[in-house]
Amino acid sequence: MATILETRALTKSFGGVLAVGDVSVAIGEREVVGIVGSNGAGKTTFVNLVTGYLKPDRGRILYAGQDITAHPPREVTRLGIARSFQIPQIYLSLTVLENVLIALAARQGEGLRPWGPLSTRAREAEALKVLEPFRLAEHASRPVSELPEGGVKLLDVALAGALMPRVLLLDEPTSGVSSKEKFAVMDTLVRILAERGVTAIFVEHDMEVVTQYAERILVFHEGSVIADGAPQVVLEDPEVRKAVIG
Amino acid sequence: MTVPIVILLDGVLYAAVLFLVSAGLTLVYGVMRILNIAHGSLYALGAYAGTFLVVVYLRTGGPAPFMYLALLVGALLAGAISGPLVERLLLRPIYAREEVVQLLVTYSLFLILEDVMKLIWGVNPYYVAGPYAFLGTVSIAGVRYAWYQLLLILVALGTGILVSLAIRGTRLGRMMIAVTADREISAAMGINVGRVCTLAFTAGAVLAALGGALVGPLIAVAPGISVEAIVLAFAVVVIGGLGSLEGAALGALIVGIARAAAVQLFPEVELATVYLIMVAVLLFRPRGLFGEWEVRRI
Amino acid sequence: MKPRTALSLVAAAAFGLAPLALPGWVMFLLTLALAKSVVVLAIALLLRGGLVSFGHGMFFAAGAYTVGLVMKWFGLQEALILTALGVLVSAGVAALLGLIIARYRGIFFAMLNMAISMVVYALLLKLYWVTGGTDGIGIRTPTILGMTPDRQNLRLVMYYFTLVLTLPAFYAVDRFWNSPLGFMLRAVRDNEVRVEYMGSSVARVIYASYIVSGALGGLSGILTGFSVGHIVPELAYWTTSGEFVFVAVLGGAASTPGPLVGSIAFEFLKSYASKYAAYTWQMTLGIAMLLIILFMPTGLWTIYDLLTRQVRSWRPSSKPAR
Repeated sequence: MATILETRALTKSFGGVLAVGDVSVAIGEREVVGIVGSNGAGKTTFVNLVTGYLKPDRGRILYAGQDITAHPPREVTRLGIARSFQIPQIYLSLTVLENVLIALAARQGEGLRPWGPLSTRAREAEALKVLEPFRLAEHASRPVSELPEGGVKLLDVALAGALMPRVLLLDEPTSGVSSKEKFAVMDTLVRILAERGVTAIFVEHDMEVVTQYAERILVFHEGSVIADGAPQVVLEDPEVRKAVIG
Repeated sequence: MTVPIVILLDGVLYAAVLFLVSAGLTLVYGVMRILNIAHGSLYALGAYAGTFLVVVYLRTGGPAPFMYLALLVGALLAGAISGPLVERLLLRPIYAREEVVQLLVTYSLFLILEDVMKLIWGVNPYYVAGPYAFLGTVSIAGVRYAWYQLLLILVALGTGILVSLAIRGTRLGRMMIAVTADREISAAMGINVGRVCTLAFTAGAVLAALGGALVGPLIAVAPGISVEAIVLAFAVVVIGGLGSLEGAALGALIVGIARAAAVQLFPEVELATVYLIMVAVLLFRPRGLFGEWEVRRI
Repeated sequence: MKPRTALSLVAAAAFGLAPLALPGWVMFLLTLALAKSVVVLAIALLLRGGLVSFGHGMFFAAGAYTVGLVMKWFGLQEALILTALGVLVSAGVAALLGLIIARYRGIFFAMLNMAISMVVYALLLKLYWVTGGTDGIGIRTPTILGMTPDRQNLRLVMYYFTLVLTLPAFYAVDRFWNSPLGFMLRAVRDNEVRVEYMGSSVARVIYASYIVSGALGGLSGILTGFSVGHIVPELAYWTTSGEFVFVAVLGGAASTPGPLVGSIAFEFLKSYASKYAAYTWQMTLGIAMLLIILFMPTGLWTIYDLLTRQVRSWRPSSKPAR
C-alpha cells in the first residue's frame, strides 16, 4: 500500500509550549486512521499543520511524494486534501444547499465567475447527492442558522466531502451529533469513502466510534505519538489507557 | 546644512505629538480590540478645549504662567468627559459585533464629533500662540527653536515613561495587560472587564486630547485636523504594531521625521505626504515592528 | 411571474412615467439620486462581502474626470462612448489598486481606500493645469447616439439617459448575487477560513469584486457629471466617500433596491436639510447612521421587508419568505 501522507519530525511550539513534537507518521492510501488523545495533546494542531493552516517550526509534510510543507490551505485543498473542523466552519448566512453549491463551484474552478446562476439543475442534483448520506438533503433550503448542532457538524463534514478529496481529515466529526445518528452516518460515510478510495483520518474522542471504524489508531500525548497500531492492541496498552482515558 | 537639523527637530516635534495620540489609539486597541476611527476627533477635542481654556484664562488677566495649567486642564476635561461617555454608550454595545459594524459606528462618531466641535467653536481657525511665544526661543546648531517645542517633547517623553510604568507597576495596569492577553480568562479570574475597558479608553482619550492641547498653540486649530490625526496615528500604530506602546514610540519617530523631511524637501506634495506614508506602511509592513500577529496563512 | 419580477417591472414603469406626473425640480433631484445610487450600490456590494471602503470617491472622480478630460482634449461628445471609456478607466484603476488593496480587510481595507482617495484628491487639486484644480471642469452637453438634445428637453433627456444606465446596473448586480462570485463574496464575509479550505482564494474573490465595485463607482461619477454639468476635486474627498457609505447603510446593503431607495431618500432629505445649519450636516449623518446600525441594521429596506412579510402572511398559499 502506497504512502499517501507522511510527516517527518513535525514540530510546532506556541510561545515556549510544545504542541506537536517530532511527529513522524506515514499513512497509506485508503487507510482509515483514528487519532485519539486527551485535550491539548496536539491532535488539532497536527491537522492544522498538515493542512497548511500553521507553519511548522521543523519537519516536513509529504503528500503523494510531494513536499507540501510550505503550502497554504488553499493549495493543500487543491491538491486533494480536505478537512472538517472541531468548531464547524460553514457559511451561516446561507442555506444548507447553498453551502454545498459553493463548495462544488469552487471544486469545479468556477468560483470567480460573476455571471450565470450558481444553482444549475445539475449542480443542485449533485449537491443533494452530497447531502444525502448526512441526512441533510431534506433540510437543503433551510438557512444554516436553523440547523441543530449536530446538523451543523455534519454539514461541515459534507462540505469537505463535496470537494472529492483523496485524503479526508475530520476533526471530531461526531461530537455534537446524537448517538442515534452517529453510527448511521459513520456507516454510510466510511462505506462511501471506501468505494471512492479515499483515505480517511479522523480525530475522535468517542472510543466506540474509533474502535468501530478505524483500522489503525494514532495516540497523541503531549505532542508526540506514543502508540500506533490496530485499535484492539493499542487500547489495551496500559500506558495508552493512562494517557488517554486517564 | 541647516535643513537636516530642521528636519530632525521638526520631526521629533511631530513625533512627540504623534506618540501621544498613537499611544492612546494602540492602548485602546490592545484592551478592546477596536481601532477607533474617531480617535483623531478626541485629539481635536483636546486642541480646541485646551486652547479655548487658555484664551478664557488670559482674559481673566491672571499671571501668564498659569496658562499652561489651563492648557492641561482643557486636555484632561476633554478626555475625561468624552472617554467614559463614548466607551459606555457606543463601544460597549458593539464589542461583540463584526468589524464592519465597529468601523461604521466609530466612523459615525467621527462625523458627529466633527460637527459638535463646529457647533461649539465655529469654523474659523483658532490661533492661540500665547503659550508658545511666552517662553521665547533658543538657537540649536544655528536653527531657531522655541522653548515651548522642547517642553512639548519633554512632556511627551515623560508621559510615555509614566504610562509605561503605570501599566507595568499598578494593579490597574496589570489588569489591562491581562484583558489585552485574554478577555474571557480575565473575566473568569474576577477582573471587572467593563471597568478596565472604560478606564483604558478614557486613558487613551486623555492621551489624545493631551497631544491635541499641547500642539494647539503651534497650529491653526480648525475643523479637519482630526482627519490628518487619525490617518497619521493609524500609520504609526501600523508601523509599531497594534497594541505595542514601544512600537507607537518608534513608529511616531519614523513617521514624524518622514513627514518633516517631506515638508522640507518636497513641499508640493505635503498635502499627500500624510496619506502616502500610510499607504507605504500598509504595503510594506502591515504587521509592524513589534506586532504580535502570527502572520496568517490566509 | 414571481412577485419580485412583477415589482421590478412596476418600478421600472413608474420611473419611466415619472416625468409626466412630477415637477421639474423633483425630476432633477431624482436624476441625481439615480446617478448616485450606482456608487452606493458599489459600496453595498463590498459591504455584503464584509468590507467597507471609505474611499470610493476616487472611482467616482475617476469616471467623471475621464469624461471631462476626454471631452476637453479630444472634443469627443458622444455620451455612450464617453461613458464606456470612463467605466473602463475606473475599472482599470480598481484593477491596479486592487492588486494591493485586495489583500487587506477590516480597518486596513477601509483606511487604505481612504488614504489613496485622498492622494487622488491631492493630485486632482495640485495638477491644476490638467484638471483645472479647484475650479474643476465643466461638462458640456453630450450627444446621445449622435443627436444633441435641445435645451428645452435637456433635463428630460438626461433623466432617461441616467435611467437607462442605472436600472440595468441594478439588474446586473442582482444577477451578480446569484452568480458563483456573488455567493463567494458573501461566503468570504461569513467564513474566510472555509473559503480557503475550499481551494479558493479569498484575495482573488475580493479583487474581482473590487473591480466590479470600482467600475460601478466610475459609472456613477459619469452620470452625475453629465447631470450636474460640472466636476470638482471634492468628488474624491473623504466626506464624499463618507456620504456614499452613509447612504448604503441608510438604504440597506443587503437588498438590491436598498441603495436606490436610500439614494432617493437621501437626495431629498439633503436638499431639505441644506436650508438649515450646514454645521450639523455631518452630525445628522452620523447620528442617523448610528441609529440605523443599532436599531435597524438592514436600513430603510426593513420597512419594505416588514410590509411584504405582512402581506405574504395574509395570502393562504404563499411559500415561506426567504
